[in-house]
Amino acid sequence: MPQQNKRSGTNRRFALGGKISTAEYLGISASVFAVLTILWYLTTYFGLVRPLFLPSPAKVISRLAELWASGQLFIDLGISIYRITFGFLVSTVIALPIGILIGSYRGWEAAIEPFVDFIRYMPVVAFVPLTILWSGTGDAQKLLIIFIGTFFQQVLLVMDNVKSVPKDFLNLGRTLQMPELRILQRIVLPSALPAIWDSMRISLGWAWTWLVVAELVAATSGLGYRITTAQRFFQTDLIFGYLLILGVLGLTTDQAMKYAGRKLFRYLNVR
Amino acid sequence: MSDKLVISGLSKTFSSERGTTVALNDFNLSVGDNEFVALVGTSGCGKSTLLSIAAGLESHDDGRITIDGEDIVSPGLDRGVVFQSYTLLPWLNTLQNVEFALLGAGKSKSEARDIAQSHLELVGLQGFEKAFPSELSGGMKQRVAIARALSYRPKMLLMDEPFGALDALTRHHMQELLTGIWEKHRLTVLFITHDVEEAVYLSDRVAVMTNRPGRIKTIVPITLSRPRHYDMVSTQEFQHLQRKVLDAIRSESLAAASLASALA
Repeated sequence: MPQQNKRSGTNRRFALGGKISTAEYLGISASVFAVLTILWYLTTYFGLVRPLFLPSPAKVISRLAELWASGQLFIDLGISIYRITFGFLVSTVIALPIGILIGSYRGWEAAIEPFVDFIRYMPVVAFVPLTILWSGTGDAQKLLIIFIGTFFQQVLLVMDNVKSVPKDFLNLGRTLQMPELRILQRIVLPSALPAIWDSMRISLGWAWTWLVVAELVAATSGLGYRITTAQRFFQTDLIFGYLLILGVLGLTTDQAMKYAGRKLFRYLNVR
Repeated sequence: MSDKLVISGLSKTFSSERGTTVALNDFNLSVGDNEFVALVGTSGCGKSTLLSIAAGLESHDDGRITIDGEDIVSPGLDRGVVFQSYTLLPWLNTLQNVEFALLGAGKSKSEARDIAQSHLELVGLQGFEKAFPSELSGGMKQRVAIARALSYRPKMLLMDEPFGALDALTRHHMQELLTGIWEKHRLTVLFITHDVEEAVYLSDRVAVMTNRPGRIKTIVPITLSRPRHYDMVSTQEFQHLQRKVLDAIRSESLAAASLASALA
């Protein structure tokens, strides 16, 4: 029954745990972008929304082209990327050992985890006034906000990653009479690494949010700063353009890290 | 036959906020040198706890447990443990997984390679040295785990339901493989299982445990000749032995069921 086969073909695509080819996957996700862009275009073309609220795609692109030509775009991008790279790296470098420590030893967990959890529940935006008091409105304050927003989450994620290492893996090390520290180095860390990589990928997304938050409130440069000034001059096209850029940057870094993860941890699904 | 593993008067109690559980009480069992003993019992009777204690991964409260006369207080390379969950390290290939144990046991790199290679051949995995665990079937993974546990020449092998997660056909293959290795190399094995046919097929003696708190209810000597073949399973002698073990377990599970209904 060809009819039946055809139906099961579509069902497979939208079935629980169903499979899909890479080409199909890309096709579907690209179509969604295309449809939304067309909707956007049509809405502005027929003047359904005032341009002040929703500028046309052409206006946004020409504004970005203008900023590209003047070099402003790269200045804004450069400073923001510098801040996020630095802030995220500092946060990661400190969070990794602490997360591993409290994920491995209950004593250290008791000492650190409740405190980290406590701070994690404080809204990061509420730290903005404080960080400005502490460190002014320069780069240091942006790094501090990225750090506060990322670090405490990372510590807890890494702790969970380390804790998810199967108990029998530890027992294997013990039956081989490996010293505790060696079990940690040779079994626990390599075992938790793919999950830790994923945690870093997820927390990088959050770091972008905190960067822009910091730049929106008090800054003299960067993508977030440009968005605030654009609002003052009703340059909605610039706001849209920069939002799109932030989206593209997020999507690319996320995909890049996913890809790198698949290459790094190829052994997890060889087939 | 001298005794390799001697367990006498062993008891173990777990306590938590919800109360205490006596897992083992006055447990006595000896496993002779080069003997294959299977330990069977209903689920939750404490057989896995006993294996953990023998492996040195868990402590005990009372009684003694010794290997070659020495008290077991911690894990050691004199006991090879095969877990039900394979425990192959996913980032290492088959050969490296076996080498991992040997390097841990202090062998040199080249020595480890040779021994690992020969043990993979022993379990019939030559040609799969470079394969990662994610490429292997459950049966193959467990073969690597057995090769790894044998590779550093422990005095005895402790196996915790090693074939429990395998399908029936693969399980039969693995049982034949294990008896084959055992008959050739004469190892001392304590084998935990809840599969009565498996226990009878593999063992010299089958020890049946009572419900919790676990102790030995009865020991059934398996008089089947060696080498064992799968044809034996259908013989009257095999059926009779299997029946004996089953009856012993059955009365235990009936007791557990009537206790449960009395409490309900």
